[in-house]
Amino acid sequence: MRYLSTQSRQLDATFAALADPTRRAILARLASGEASVNDLAKPFKMSQPAISKHLRVLENAGLISKSLDKQRRPRRIEAAPLKVANEWIERYRQFWEVRYDHLDLLLEEMMIEAKPKTKRRRKENE
Amino acid sequence: MSSGKVTVEAKGERELVITRAFNAPKDLVFQAHTECRHLKRWMFGPDGWSLDVCEIDLNVGGKYRWVWKKGEIEMGAGGEYRVVSRADRVVCTEQFDNPWYAGEAVSTLTFDESGGVTTLTNTMLYVSKEARDTVLQSPMEEGLTLGYDRLESLLDESAAAAGGE
Repeated sequence: MRYLSTQSRQLDATFAALADPTRRAILARLASGEASVNDLAKPFKMSQPAISKHLRVLENAGLISKSLDKQRRPRRIEAAPLKVANEWIERYRQFWEVRYDHLDLLLEEMMIEAKPKTKRRRKENE
Repeated sequence: MSSGKVTVEAKGERELVITRAFNAPKDLVFQAHTECRHLKRWMFGPDGWSLDVCEIDLNVGGKYRWVWKKGEIEMGAGGEYRVVSRADRVVCTEQFDNPWYAGEAVSTLTFDESGGVTTLTNTMLYVSKEARDTVLQSPMEEGLTLGYDRLESLLDESAAAAGGE
């Protein structure tokens, strides 16, 4: 139980961090390799403190970390929390997939039923 | 035959957006979502849950009620229709009898037809980020099972504590 609540908190932090487009763009950039704060700030029309604030949110969520290089302090992506978030989404998705597969079958039936009815109606009108 | 894959997006802080394409005109997809005789055929959970009770008053301000059953266990949910735009859009509230997440959710269904394929979008809006994430982690009957599992582990813990003394 305690394990689940820790996982829930982690997931909350992950989704909150991912809710912002700038932070998603930063993660996308870091997915192709580590980068310094300056490098990360370049593509955005934002001040370095504003970027640093986003980096702190990502760091607190455990999505990125600082490399050991003390001078440049490049950031790098941490894959594990993202993987957990994706797994929850995938399980939820499968829950709906089962239902919608049944709905597919029902719709096929409904379409077959709908066709003869229109023909019959036409004949009745004749 | 499946017409498309379900996509799920955790949008913003409080929403879940579920989309799926169906090989059918939107009139039929709409009917399948708003008429009990159709809902009973598909809107059940895996592992033996069936939609036993279904009541729908498909009018703005009209209520609906659904009760799923699995053996002796029942789970009910209901709400009110806020927007009913035939074959295009339905907005309704959703609340479970024994909710495992906080507050009332609002579901917006849209049906977009193009070339005989209808894309269904279900946007679920929750009262908080916590509620949204709880649903994502345990959709429906899993939430109920989780409740039982929690009770069980609590009982186990207290039994272990009593035994340890």
